[in-house]
Amino acid sequence: MVTIENLSFSFTKYEKLFDGLSMKLETGYIYGLFGMNGAGKTTLLNHISGLLFPDEGSCLISGIPSRSRLPETLQQLFFLPEQFDLPAISADMYTKIHAPFYPQFDESRFREILAEFVVDPKKKLPELSYGQRKKFLIAFALASNAKLLLMDEPTNGLDIPSKSQFRKIMAASDLTDRCVVISTHQVRDLDALIDHVTVLNNGKIIFQRDIESISNTLGFEKIADDDNRFTLYSEDIFGGKAAIMPKSLTKKETQIDLELLFNAVINESDSINSQFETE
Amino acid sequence: MDFSENQPIYQQISDHICNQILDKKWTPDDRIPSVREIAVAMEVNPNTAMRAFQILQEKGILVNKRGVGHFIADDAYETVLELKRIEFIETDVPAFIKSMKRLGYSLSDIKDLA
Repeated sequence: MVTIENLSFSFTKYEKLFDGLSMKLETGYIYGLFGMNGAGKTTLLNHISGLLFPDEGSCLISGIPSRSRLPETLQQLFFLPEQFDLPAISADMYTKIHAPFYPQFDESRFREILAEFVVDPKKKLPELSYGQRKKFLIAFALASNAKLLLMDEPTNGLDIPSKSQFRKIMAASDLTDRCVVISTHQVRDLDALIDHVTVLNNGKIIFQRDIESISNTLGFEKIADDDNRFTLYSEDIFGGKAAIMPKSLTKKETQIDLELLFNAVINESDSINSQFETE
Repeated sequence: MDFSENQPIYQQISDHICNQILDKKWTPDDRIPSVREIAVAMEVNPNTAMRAFQILQEKGILVNKRGVGHFIADDAYETVLELKRIEFIETDVPAFIKSMKRLGYSLSDIKDLA
């Protein structure tokens, strides 16, 4: 669906934000895009959606450069930005104007999601709270049936019940012909939803694996201080250590601790990645 | 059910299904909730729920009737019972004995409670 090859990009003359970045995204999956503040997650989403152009390298959506911004590309793409401005019209009017750009737009699904989120489509958009407007856009994004859905911090600003509703709505969506990218710091909100972990650091994708191969390769355990099993990465916690070790050293498959994995990949990407190559 | 245990989500889903079978809430030829229904109820990626179903199918616990849904296999109860008994002996019992010893109990102290 998305093929990025050797992409370089800088905002200033002196500092490259992306330096030979490559990645591939396929349909059928929900990708979690993680990175530190300022790593360039939003900039990467802007490249994929054709809002920014690479200095070098290419970014293709179904084989077509996203910078060409062809209608056939754009009608299959929806980008839900973290910050957005909406015009002073009602949700109903917005939909009347914008839905025709998406030939697969599903009006009844749109109504359903709005109802689940308790967003009133009759109200003018700027009169809604930030969270309400965000939920309106999430509903629009999912109802657009765009094959490529990019979401930047979708759960930011959502209240407690809305986060759970968001997960339910995502879990109910048909992924067969769809590729979803969620960029987030809210790991705990979304860790059961994503099935690929993608980590952006120092201008490159330093880790991209699916959940199944991660849980087949790595073990996550809270261990005692005197436990002398070999660990790939560990952090001190009360009463011991939170550790990542080769799966062969844990008795069975363990639940992935995404926060720990992220820290491990940022600090020890080579030793973590080498585990996957020896399979 | 929550995700507090240190167990992959797909295993928690498959455990849940196995427990329904052991408790005889789901019996042979019952159609169980769809992959999507389970994914939504548990707020997880549908591919994760699918994996749990696939594993149970490989073990002969579930039967997939194309286009209709997943059903409980004829000898699902016996299969699950055998698998869970092994798991009990290999995992639960050693943990129990470890706690028992740490607290200074012997098996005979415990016997009356069972």
